[in-house]
Amino acid sequence: MASPDEPRATAGIPAGRRESAARLPGREKDFMITVRGLARRFTVRGQSVEAVKGIDFDVAPGEVVGFLGPNGAGKTTTLRMLTTLLRPTGGTGTVAGCDLLTDPQGVRRRIGCVHQGGATWPESRVAEEIELQARLYGLSRSEARRRGALLAERLDLAGLDQRPVKTLSGGQRRRLDIALGLVHEPTLVFLDEPTTGLDPQSRANLWDHVRRLRSEQATTVFLTTHYLDEADALCDRILVTDHGTIVAEGTPDALKARVAGDAITIEVTDQVAEAADVAGRLTGATEVSVDGDTVRFRVPRGDAALPELLRTLDGRGITMASVKVNRPTLDDVFLSLTGRSLRDGDPAPRTTEAAHAA
Amino acid sequence: MLRDTRLIFVRDMKLALRSPTWLLIGIMQPLLYLFLFGPLMVSVVDHTPGFPPGGAWEVLTPALIVQTALFSGSFAGVALLTEYRVGVVDRFRGTPASRAALLFGKVLAQAVQATAQSVLIVLVTLLVFDLDASLTGLLLSLAIAAVLAIALSSASYALAMVLKSEAAFPALMNAVLLPLLLLSGVLLPVSEQLAPGWLYNLARINPLTHVVDAERAAFRGDMSATGLLTGSLVLLVMAVLALMWGTRTFRKENA
Ligand SMILES: Nc1ncnc2c1ncn2[C@@H]1O[C@H](COP(=O)(O)OP(=O)(O)O)[C@@H](O)[C@H]1O
Ligand SMILES: [Mg+2]
Repeated sequence: MASPDEPRATAGIPAGRRESAARLPGREKDFMITVRGLARRFTVRGQSVEAVKGIDFDVAPGEVVGFLGPNGAGKTTTLRMLTTLLRPTGGTGTVAGCDLLTDPQGVRRRIGCVHQGGATWPESRVAEEIELQARLYGLSRSEARRRGALLAERLDLAGLDQRPVKTLSGGQRRRLDIALGLVHEPTLVFLDEPTTGLDPQSRANLWDHVRRLRSEQATTVFLTTHYLDEADALCDRILVTDHGTIVAEGTPDALKARVAGDAITIEVTDQVAEAADVAGRLTGATEVSVDGDTVRFRVPRGDAALPELLRTLDGRGITMASVKVNRPTLDDVFLSLTGRSLRDGDPAPRTTEAAHAA
Repeated sequence: MLRDTRLIFVRDMKLALRSPTWLLIGIMQPLLYLFLFGPLMVSVVDHTPGFPPGGAWEVLTPALIVQTALFSGSFAGVALLTEYRVGVVDRFRGTPASRAALLFGKVLAQAVQATAQSVLIVLVTLLVFDLDASLTGLLLSLAIAAVLAIALSSASYALAMVLKSEAAFPALMNAVLLPLLLLSGVLLPVSEQLAPGWLYNLARINPLTHVVDAERAAFRGDMSATGLLTGSLVLLVMAVLALMWGTRTFRKENA
């Protein structure tokens, strides 16, 4: 929030006061979220489950941070702890300047949350839900109505005021959930799997709303997702999580840069072994694998390697049925970090990626 | 907290008024008792010693009011579990609103609904049957029904939040309520003359028995009856304990 106004705004304040004002917020107050050793253990029928195993991270004001991981990684559990709905069994944290353990009420006042699967009552009306939510945050009735109308407008819910929630479409309902999380204009918003179960168009629409939150209101957003494209498209920074731990952290590009090069997939009509041999001789080729008629490998730059590959295959009389070059995806990152694909049981991950993006 | 209580109360009442099936379902059973069982009571009461004072309608109607308040209060937790499943409870718990207010608002709405059901039962009995009652007595009996609904819905909400199972909760409720009802003398009074000693003693331990006694005394306008005082005290203790349990459960960090 370094605006050009800043020097002017502080100019009138005596030097001593200015200094103390700058120092007063402790280190953790430079961050929207700081978490140290946060852990949660569940005991189900005598069996202990470590859902979150002592994680550390910070989120700066204005950031959009994604918590990316497969189902069961502990995303919701972490979010429920950060939003004071679940008490951690270990660790400490500061959220929006308030201590998670000693001042949960302060946290609640300053944050907004949108839970996985939503939180609206089917029989309630849209305007009613928004107004009640605003009033539970202490707003007056008139202010609640004013903000509700504004939010409905901004989230494409205008005209649905009197509709019972049960008659809304999935996308409309999700936008209502988001309106409920934003109605008190929090500086920090938590979104748990905001687009799970939505059709592609509603997803794209929702992404726009999240982007606008950041660009127009400088709201800090902490979202969880198991969609790679969502994390990629929306987040400034990603925390990759698996089995209750954070396995990697960085900007989408930095994470992808960890993976060695582009993936090339070629399909040949015969002589697979020879084709694999050709591939392996390309400069910088790694991870060569054969699967039926398909040869997969990685090279630092796919576009540069293709001409040589085609020439050599042609020279040896190997007929190629198809060739594909893929830039590294976050799934490759996840695969290289955990040895598993994020898309459980998906046989052809890269083609669905294309379908998702469409 | 008063403000939050009112917000939740108004929300629950709005929803209740919007689909008033609860009102019809709630009084369906007592009406059936009145029409199909009441006429039998008339001759039974006349020919059996050991009944409390008053005619059949003065014995049966207050008991049906207690039974109705008991049922609608006890099953309040079912609706709460549905709200919990769809995430509404967590949404409210995530706001700075007082968690005790979430409980109080809902409990008050239950009390109002139980009172409305009781009023309907009284009206039907007054209009259709030969009911002889004083206004103060009726008002007092409605108040008893309201406090009973407060006690039971509060306990029901607490138990629902402890069990957190939409399947187990109603099953447990049914298992608990039937013996409780039979032992409270709702249909036939478990009086010294009618019941064997062990049954009589068992019924005396049941707090609900005293509430039924008090409701009957209030209904026939017998303000000096000792049963009225005892029953009112028992009921107040029940309500305070239930509200304490409910508040503790709702305030729990991990509930
Ligand atoms: N209330 C609970 N009781 C027992 N186990 C739980 C509870 N909530 C979550 N878990 C377990 O914790 C793990 C993480 O779950 P969750 O945080 O929901 O993952 P995600 O949101 O990443 O899919 C899972 O193994 C899940 O079964
Ligand atoms: Mg989840």
